[in-house]
Amino acid sequence: MNPMVEKLGGLVPEIILLIGAVACLFLGLMRTAGARRVTPLVAGLALVASILIPSLWHTLAGEGNAAADEQATGIIALLHMGLADTAFATYVKLIVAAIGLMLLLVAVRAPEQLPQTEETESGRAPFDPANTARGEFYAFFLLSLTGVMLCASADSLIWLLLALELTSLPTYIMVVTTRDRAAAQEAAVKYFFLGAMAVAMFLYGFALMYGAAGTVQIYAPAHAPDAPSIHGTISALRMAGEPLPPEMLVGLILAVVGISFKIAAVPMHFYTADVYQGATTPVTAFLAFVPKTAGFVALTILLAAVGWPLPPALAILLWVMAVLTMTVGNVLGLVQNSVKRALAYSSIAHSGYMLIGLIVGMSLVAANGGAGGGGGGGEDGLVLVEITALQNGLAGVLFYLVAYGVGNLAAFGVLACLRSRGEEADTYEDISGLRHRDAPLAAVLLVAMISLIGLPPLVGFIGKLYLFAPAFSTGEVALVWLVVIALLNSAISAVYYLRIAAAAFFGEPEAPIEIAPSAARRTGTTLAGVLTIIFGLFAGAFGLTTLANRAVDLPITLWPQATEQVEDADAEGQ
Amino acid sequence: MRPETLIPLMVLLPLLAAPAIFALPKRLGEVWAWALFIALLNFAVAVAVVVFAYLPAPGSDVSRLAEGGFFLAGAGWPWLEDFGLRVSFGLDAVSLWLVVLTALLMPITILASRSAVTERYREYYMWLLLLEAAMIGTFIATDVIFFYVCFEFTLVPMFFLIGIFGSTQRLKAARVFFLYTFTGSLLTLAGIIYLAYFNAAHGMGDAVAVLSQLRGISEAEALAWLQTQPMYETVGRWTFDIQALTATAQTLMSPSQQGWLLAALLAGFAVKVPLFPVHTWLPLAHTEAPTAGSVILAGVLLKLGTYGLIRFALPMCPEAVVNFAPYIGVLAVIGILYTALVCWVQKDVKRLIAYSSVSHLGFCVLGLFAIDATRHIGQSGAVMYMVNHGLSTGALFLCIGMIYERFHTRELAAMSGLGRVMPVWAFFFVLFCLASVGLPGLNGFIGEFLTLVGAFLATETLGIGYAVAAGCGMILGAIYILYMVGKVVWGPTKLPEAHNHNHGGGGEAGDEGGHEGGADHPPAARRKLDLNAREITVLTPLAALCLFIGLYPFPMLQSLDKPVMTLTRPASEVVAARVEARAEAERDQAEQHLQAIERDVAMQQRQQPSTAMNVAPMGGPSSPPLPPGEGPGVRADSDGARAPTPTPALSPTQREPQRPDFQTMADRGEVGFGRPPVTSPHPNPLPVGEGAGFSEQVAR
Repeated sequence: MNPMVEKLGGLVPEIILLIGAVACLFLGLMRTAGARRVTPLVAGLALVASILIPSLWHTLAGEGNAAADEQATGIIALLHMGLADTAFATYVKLIVAAIGLMLLLVAVRAPEQLPQTEETESGRAPFDPANTARGEFYAFFLLSLTGVMLCASADSLIWLLLALELTSLPTYIMVVTTRDRAAAQEAAVKYFFLGAMAVAMFLYGFALMYGAAGTVQIYAPAHAPDAPSIHGTISALRMAGEPLPPEMLVGLILAVVGISFKIAAVPMHFYTADVYQGATTPVTAFLAFVPKTAGFVALTILLAAVGWPLPPALAILLWVMAVLTMTVGNVLGLVQNSVKRALAYSSIAHSGYMLIGLIVGMSLVAANGGAGGGGGGGEDGLVLVEITALQNGLAGVLFYLVAYGVGNLAAFGVLACLRSRGEEADTYEDISGLRHRDAPLAAVLLVAMISLIGLPPLVGFIGKLYLFAPAFSTGEVALVWLVVIALLNSAISAVYYLRIAAAAFFGEPEAPIEIAPSAARRTGTTLAGVLTIIFGLFAGAFGLTTLANRAVDLPITLWPQATEQVEDADAEGQ
Repeated sequence: MRPETLIPLMVLLPLLAAPAIFALPKRLGEVWAWALFIALLNFAVAVAVVVFAYLPAPGSDVSRLAEGGFFLAGAGWPWLEDFGLRVSFGLDAVSLWLVVLTALLMPITILASRSAVTERYREYYMWLLLLEAAMIGTFIATDVIFFYVCFEFTLVPMFFLIGIFGSTQRLKAARVFFLYTFTGSLLTLAGIIYLAYFNAAHGMGDAVAVLSQLRGISEAEALAWLQTQPMYETVGRWTFDIQALTATAQTLMSPSQQGWLLAALLAGFAVKVPLFPVHTWLPLAHTEAPTAGSVILAGVLLKLGTYGLIRFALPMCPEAVVNFAPYIGVLAVIGILYTALVCWVQKDVKRLIAYSSVSHLGFCVLGLFAIDATRHIGQSGAVMYMVNHGLSTGALFLCIGMIYERFHTRELAAMSGLGRVMPVWAFFFVLFCLASVGLPGLNGFIGEFLTLVGAFLATETLGIGYAVAAGCGMILGAIYILYMVGKVVWGPTKLPEAHNHNHGGGGEAGDEGGHEGGADHPPAARRKLDLNAREITVLTPLAALCLFIGLYPFPMLQSLDKPVMTLTRPASEVVAARVEARAEAERDQAEQHLQAIERDVAMQQRQQPSTAMNVAPMGGPSSPPLPPGEGPGVRADSDGARAPTPTPALSPTQREPQRPDFQTMADRGEVGFGRPPVTSPHPNPLPVGEGAGFSEQVAR
């Protein structure tokens, strides 16, 4: 079959989202008010359809049964739904769609509550396309999610670059169009220019990598027309068993530092607090999850190309970045007077924790020799490998993205529901005494804080366990210290998380708190809070941790198969 | 219903009842009554568990309790199969008595809270019940992470109990309490993960190799021994089962690895206990917490730390425990003495009791680390102490709370001679104070005495110096408590100014009747000031238990014997091996010495002149012993002895001397060790006015 068609076969969710985005763009500018009103609904439907249609298609076409061997029962079967070529991409698409849906619920009234849009929509003024932000907001919302999904499927540097940019560019616009405050303009400009600088940096890194490898292909596409070949890809360099060429290493380092802008890690974290505070809160929730996911996905793909254990220079760089990121995030989080800023710094800190998982990665040379690594292969590119969950740092990252995603979304969602003195709730005084005003929202805030602290039995704790235990399983002292630093950082972070919870529960209301009249926003927030509890208590029952573990097939598709192929090629050659 | 289901029931009942109580519709009656009902029900379940504990298991003729080890253990439910995480549970005597203590204190505190908490009471009882679920969960867990989950989750309800219902500095106290203990236990988590990794990373091949190398036996023998062990199933796999991890840690870890593990465990547990340099969160939290919070905090939460020490630290890192016991003992003794002195100068009664907890828990830690080659007196004493301290200090906090409800002050200077106004209260207060001081015949004495004897006898780790210093702590304890009692209960009657006529609290204004009284307090008012029926009901069970355990501690001690021995045995064996190695080294040295002398003599006999000079060293002192643990054959010897008998390793001949020893010591203690300031029921050792002045001077 035509390789292009094969490739598109794995991109059905993205295509559906793209169609949804275009539809939103049109609907938002329709003359009839009723048509304009359904825009968010269409966006939500597009998100649901992006997962449902390909999986239904897959099942109906009967391909699902072929792939579903006995290991792929229950929730693991999710990874065989034909959403993408790799289980990794499938997992990312699933969580992006699911959390994207909750983000959408939280964001629903963000563009509508702008004064000019309200004026247009209320019918007081004649419809003016220039005066409404609805269409472009939901379109960009979907486009950005499309970018993340594309990231997960990326198998070449160019694709990765474009996907990353598709994730980020819409967010700049979302920041600026949804709030009529100077702070939002400032935030957007700052975000845009710093983002452009970051792109320049990792683009330069990509160029160097291309120079070193002579190809932009990161790994062989699973659906290559003839026998997939490891030769002529970036991952082939490490395969040769020789040290990486220096320009490759420099390229990787530049790429990692550049992408650290997306995940808001030191040294590219400066924009975070200002931008997060300047943007309207639902958009902040979006910023705290979507570009970060894209960044971690991109880093995983790039690092998987060189494999674990990482080259020392890269490992040291990431180690230092992780320590600085979590420490800077938490220490600066302590001194904030604005809840939004504190949560922004907390989001920096969580990136630091997740970097640990990237450093650990998934070494196929298992620590205890032979426990991991083996495994049965499934057809159509899905390779299922029995590797103990707690030896798999990447699975930790993937799970933590969910843990952080729901906890953080619940926290920002509660903030998005509150208004104080006619402004969005921002400072500690603004949420003080929330318990008296709205007890359920206060409870959600409490749950979110406990989960972000990492206190059992909520999902944040399991996420931390999943991130930190693999670090031990490498047996490296430096990583053990990294975990100890991370744990001490969790203790520091508890100070400001508790301060937020204490303000809501122990404080007395200083100014009347208004609750945003949006049922959708409330639903999204509550849903995130409930999931924080459920994923914590029943993570095992739902097989979420197994799912994350099984989802990491990327390095495996790169390595054992490739090794076999190289060996086969050698054997044939002789 | 199988008896195994009773254990998780004790967690599930309050856990599920808590949200239900929060959302209880008004027409279903009082929240307070429902909470009390649930707590009583849970206590009934706990009693049922005790009954089952004394019944033999099916197919056996000894009671479950006497079998030692975990009984009524259920496999529980898988939580995260990937990680080897299960919600599994079981009890041994150590945890059984702590569970009973928890289940007993909970209805009592709820009953006592009726008048103290009048607003936001739904939240209050919800948090209390959640706290009970978490505390019992901690004690019943046989999975480390399940333990840790419950251990950590206790922080949340307590944070709210202090933060919402505490006194003036409650916010600070709540935050300090949370952060302090949370930080420590995070390091414990690191230790737990490290241990689990260690277990997973050592495949069976490793285990065999390490064992055969460590013990100098062949690999086949090592494998044969391993197959008899529970760890055979779990080594090389991710598991968090306590017994499996304990087996791995104590057999496969090197002393330095055990040292790190011990450090990690101590980081969490020492803060919780609290041990001397990290105790500073406690006075604040105790003082600011509402009465129920203080009772639970002192009664149960502190014991989570000591329980962690005896359940994890002692069996998991025996080598490290023996190595570090002297230093930890020093900290414990400093804690005992220092906080006793601090107690002496307190002006706030509640703060005084709070500090006395630190002092008392110092004894507990001292007993835990009094590792002896053959006996486990100190550890048994420590467990007794945990339970008894929970009873008596919990009761003291309840008494103080009753005073606070009446007078809204806890200032020592503001009240005196309450005994005349509130004789019933005074009776209970004095009783609990004496129990806390360690009066023979009351419960406090047993634990205190046993821990001291343990420290005294454990010459290898602690020794007489520690026992004497801690004994001074007992005397100081008697001084400050009796001084406080003398001031508050006897002395010239002086009621606090702040007494503002609402002593019964909002909930009970009805049965309290009129509130006349004031400066001159006519007899009627005095009678009204005294405890009402509810408060007497609160204190009576505690008083009865204090007396009962004090007079007849043997059933409890007996039940503790086996499990405590199981937990202490590894450390005891290390000590025994060291003693033996030292003795052997001394024998060797003496032999060499003798041989050298013989050689010399032989030489001298050949060369007749200058005989006297060479023989001179013969009578000199033998050379100094080897440093502990350095003997070449230490592990091989001890393990050689252990290998054939995997279960209770101490042979009957070894254990035999222990009983009579122990008994005679106890008897002697009852008769001869009684301390004059405590035993003589002299009501008022110091003139009150002078005493106050003195304490103020010291405070300055």
